[in-house]
Amino acid sequence: MKVGVVSFPGSNCDEDALLAIVERLHESAVLLWHKDHDLQGADVVILPGGFSYGDYLRSGAIARFSPIMQEVVAHARRGGPVIGFCNGFQIACEAGLLPGALLRNVSLQFRSMPVTLRVETSQTVFTNAATAGARLTMPIAHGDGRFTADADTLTRLESEGQVVFRYVNAAGEPTEAANPNGSMRNIAGVCNPGGTVVGMMPHPERALEPLLGSTDGLVLFESLLASVKA
Amino acid sequence: MTRFVVSVHIVPRQGLLDPQGKAVADSLRTLGFAGVRDVHVGRHVVLELDAADAASAERAVREMCSHLLANPVTEDFELAGVRPA
Repeated sequence: MKVGVVSFPGSNCDEDALLAIVERLHESAVLLWHKDHDLQGADVVILPGGFSYGDYLRSGAIARFSPIMQEVVAHARRGGPVIGFCNGFQIACEAGLLPGALLRNVSLQFRSMPVTLRVETSQTVFTNAATAGARLTMPIAHGDGRFTADADTLTRLESEGQVVFRYVNAAGEPTEAANPNGSMRNIAGVCNPGGTVVGMMPHPERALEPLLGSTDGLVLFESLLASVKA
Repeated sequence: MTRFVVSVHIVPRQGLLDPQGKAVADSLRTLGFAGVRDVHVGRHVVLELDAADAASAERAVREMCSHLLANPVTEDFELAGVRPA
């Protein structure tokens, strides 16, 4: 498997995503510069976290028009896997790869903390090695993470199994207290209808080392590897 | 071609939670502006562009709003003015 990690000006989790692939999965990964038009043969594209283009206008709004994004969108339309973490999720929404939008946290505060997620579906390239209902702990670090969509879109996402993760409490319930940003229906991550494009606000690439408090992110990368090798 | 200045208001869609607007409304009430019922905070964008006439300047800016300046999922926009530069 070869993974391409896009570096936008202002990305700050691209190296973490690269290391996740190289050091934890022992697979190859390359950084893709935002001005390039070439995915360099990558089977998978990761849109990393950060503050691409300074989050000017809206988070992800400008990054979406990068030359590399035209290739990423074409790759996704061919059924190629694309994963967006945090700012990468915002970019994927702005690019129309995923439904909805990520707005300012309801608290108006930047939230950097571990959260508990419930896996809502294992029918995606990124969760097939996980069990629906499983709970994962990993960090969030964002100011604009409030998932928002219109009522029809929310209904469709739920009925079609496109909600991938929800923020839950220790008992696994999606309560208001467990929701760190005011996301509609506690949604932390969604996918496209085919389960090949996934976006999530939490950072699985920061949950791979016991020293950092959790290794729960690993199952997502193992899922990815299993999907691509299958 | 004539140079035009076009301004556009971009506001959070009605009915969507607007925590920024709410925080400002709360502050205004704390200051004693007791009559404040609701506040919405958006963006005011001023563009200078060359176009054949005012109508095509306006049309171009509407297109810019749909493509980039406003998020079709969460925001509405309205042109606030078109005038020769």
